[in-house]
Amino acid sequence: MTSTTAYNFAYLDEQTKRMIRRAILKAVAIPGYQVPFASREMPMPYGWGTGGVQVTAAIIGPDDVLKVIDQGSDDTTNAVSIRAFFARVANVAVTTKTGEATIVQTRHRIPEAPLSEGQTMVYQVPIPEPLRFLEPRETETRIMHALEEYGLMHVKLYEDIAQHGHIATTYAYPVKVEGRYVMDPSPIPKFDNPKMDDSPALQLFGAGREQRIYAIPPYTSVESLDFEDHPFAVQRFSQPCGLCGATGVYLDEIVTDDRGGRLHACSDTDYCEERRAAGHFGADGAPVPAEARP
Amino acid sequence: MPANRPIDLSSRAVEGGFANPVFDAQAVFAAVLQAISRPGTVADCGSRAAPPAPLSPAQGAILLALADAETGLFVEAADAALEAWLGFQTGARLTEAAGAEIAVAGRFDRSALGRFPLGTLAYPDRSATLIVEVPSFNAGPPLRLSGPGVRGSAEIRPAGLGEGFVAARRANRALAPCGLDLLLTCGSRVLALPRSTLVEEA
Amino acid sequence: MYVAVKGGEAAIANAHRLLADRRRGDRSVPALTLSQIAGQLALAVDRVMAEGSLYDPELAAMAVRQSRGDLIEAIFLIRAYRTTLPRFAATRPIDTAAMVIERRISATYKDVPGGQVLGPTFDYTHRLIEPEMAEDAPVAAPARRDPPEDAGHAPRVTDILGDEALIEADGEGKGAEPADLTRTPLAFPASRDLRLQALARGDEGFLLGLGYSTQRGFGRTHPFVGEIRIGEVEVEVDLPEFGFPVVIGRVRVTECQMVSQFTGSKAVAPKFSRGYGLVFGQLERKAMAMSLVDRALRADAFDEERRAPAQDEEFVLAHCDNVQATGFVEHLKLPHYVDFQAELELLRKMRKAAGATDETVSGSKGDVEVVQ
Repeated sequence: MTSTTAYNFAYLDEQTKRMIRRAILKAVAIPGYQVPFASREMPMPYGWGTGGVQVTAAIIGPDDVLKVIDQGSDDTTNAVSIRAFFARVANVAVTTKTGEATIVQTRHRIPEAPLSEGQTMVYQVPIPEPLRFLEPRETETRIMHALEEYGLMHVKLYEDIAQHGHIATTYAYPVKVEGRYVMDPSPIPKFDNPKMDDSPALQLFGAGREQRIYAIPPYTSVESLDFEDHPFAVQRFSQPCGLCGATGVYLDEIVTDDRGGRLHACSDTDYCEERRAAGHFGADGAPVPAEARP
Repeated sequence: MPANRPIDLSSRAVEGGFANPVFDAQAVFAAVLQAISRPGTVADCGSRAAPPAPLSPAQGAILLALADAETGLFVEAADAALEAWLGFQTGARLTEAAGAEIAVAGRFDRSALGRFPLGTLAYPDRSATLIVEVPSFNAGPPLRLSGPGVRGSAEIRPAGLGEGFVAARRANRALAPCGLDLLLTCGSRVLALPRSTLVEEA
Repeated sequence: MYVAVKGGEAAIANAHRLLADRRRGDRSVPALTLSQIAGQLALAVDRVMAEGSLYDPELAAMAVRQSRGDLIEAIFLIRAYRTTLPRFAATRPIDTAAMVIERRISATYKDVPGGQVLGPTFDYTHRLIEPEMAEDAPVAAPARRDPPEDAGHAPRVTDILGDEALIEADGEGKGAEPADLTRTPLAFPASRDLRLQALARGDEGFLLGLGYSTQRGFGRTHPFVGEIRIGEVEVEVDLPEFGFPVVIGRVRVTECQMVSQFTGSKAVAPKFSRGYGLVFGQLERKAMAMSLVDRALRADAFDEERRAPAQDEEFVLAHCDNVQATGFVEHLKLPHYVDFQAELELLRKMRKAAGATDETVSGSKGDVEVVQ
């Protein structure tokens, strides 16, 4: 090992990129189906976004603008680390602004601002198999997908209703893609599920450790599983964001003291900042002075 | 490991490849991804490859971008010069139609469904992607597209698809989730009709 | 007013700087050299090479040093480097019968051609911490014997059994190109070559526990150590231009052939079966555990009922890789507050619906309700 500086563009060697690119094209052609791929060991741990990083590395070009979020935020440590990785090995422009990004790599959230046709979402996926916690064997779940046998999933959801009065799955809530494959949307809160349906953006999912890539093309039907008498519904927060006053967004609950004090603020930090820059403010935030706004 | 093969260093084999392999491959892949994500959209592969006949520039570029020693490649009517070019440029091995992951064929019809791998219910991805050159993207009879990637419906007018194309597409779609994915090329441009796209006479 | 925490980049940079400081430790103490690590912590280096699946003692020593002795971290460093290396050729299968033997023992025969060679073993040492270890006491040169006349001829014990047809032939996978789980995604059922590759790269501790479990009845295989041999073998590649194989180097390996439960039927005369272990370096425990698990995983081939964890191919192969395992276990420390928030709200709602009064509900102004 003589040199540590001569990285290939986007780190991966060309042969690996071709292998991933072929898998991505298959994934787009078979929406919701998990394409096996020979995931490589990346210079970051499995479980920390190696699948998303490999997908991003395979699609990114010199003209792309990359945004990386974790928990909706550009500033969480792992998002910072992945963004710095691509800035270093691909020398691409990075941004925190959702509207400026051509590629958004994410862990656990979909941005609040609507996506557009020129954008690609890349989701980091820990366990791509939606049936895995009902049936741990890959050999079995593969047959279930082949035969479109999803009764087990419905039984599980229904057992929730019987026990708790409603479906107790709050994140990684299973969806059905184009009426065929039941798919894990990655551990996003079910709040974000409706954003996947009929999205103008291309959505790619990478699971490195589990060696799977899957996709939702733009304008594709993505339905959250439910029952007629228990229709799917998303979380709704009773109060607006304490910083920017936004409603209808997903909020983080931040413990502010040890006397029960809580602040609820946008999980999507870019969305919150843009609103505050535009002059909005909430009960816990101060207005941004007009002269400080862009 | 790939079998060692004699390397053809004749000038034709070493010419016509990517000038900048890393960025050319990325750009061509981006065009194909754009096309397959949004069926009906025409994407341009640029003038990045100059392959021997019968490959068009887009076909050459797509093979350079996607094929390698790990890919089963079938090219209809490939001669020694083309095989040498592909061998030198990609390392891909030419296979029978039945072993192809990527196939360049003269046309897409019912017989293609019997010749190329369609995938299995357990592994529908183990299917071939067919690449077919057409003389024009706007001189043929109108076809209406719908399905994933298409907002509502879209219309395309590729020429030279031949009799029975729509019927063959219908048969292909009936195999879902198995089936062939189709890339139509015209010069340097590409238009994709993945298996999920419904194609009807407009 | 609340100000969101920023500056992740600076925090990460400072954490890495602190890590480098702790790695180096007291500056008045000389730094470890790579030759010290490779020479004096050789078994740690061997483990890193084996599970990193890259034979390069100097690089493995660097990884041990960089990882502060955390061997799974060192293995990870080697793996991440290995995956970037171009592949020039595949070697011919190594011939362990032609090994330059440093240690070779059999538990099935008192004596065998080539003899029992104890070699550099911990076996029979009394596990007493020796005061000399506190300092650099002089160490005597090893005793040497003149090579016996039949030196170099140490047939594998399994070949001796094979000559009498008492053990199954070792024919699986002959001629076929071996599978490679680093180039093709793992699919089940896996072929034996693929399983052996996974086990050779697998975590020593995990395989040790699984192998042990077979001895305690969870997939019993009645094992005997036919032979363990440790030493150097030549690595050859075919160069078509030359027309003959060329030696490109030597590697030290440990091979364990476990002679296991015999099988047979009315149609087929009974024979012993094999469990096989082969790893880079001197890693006897790993090779033995591997051979136990290999045999247990072959349950189907002998019509044995698969009931125990060690017999379960999907369970073993999906969980034996410590780089995968450590990543996924450790990823739990990444932020999960979006999902936790979703659970928190559901729990509050369910407790409210259940009329929970067993605890004081805080008067937080941020009380949240979920409207379904």
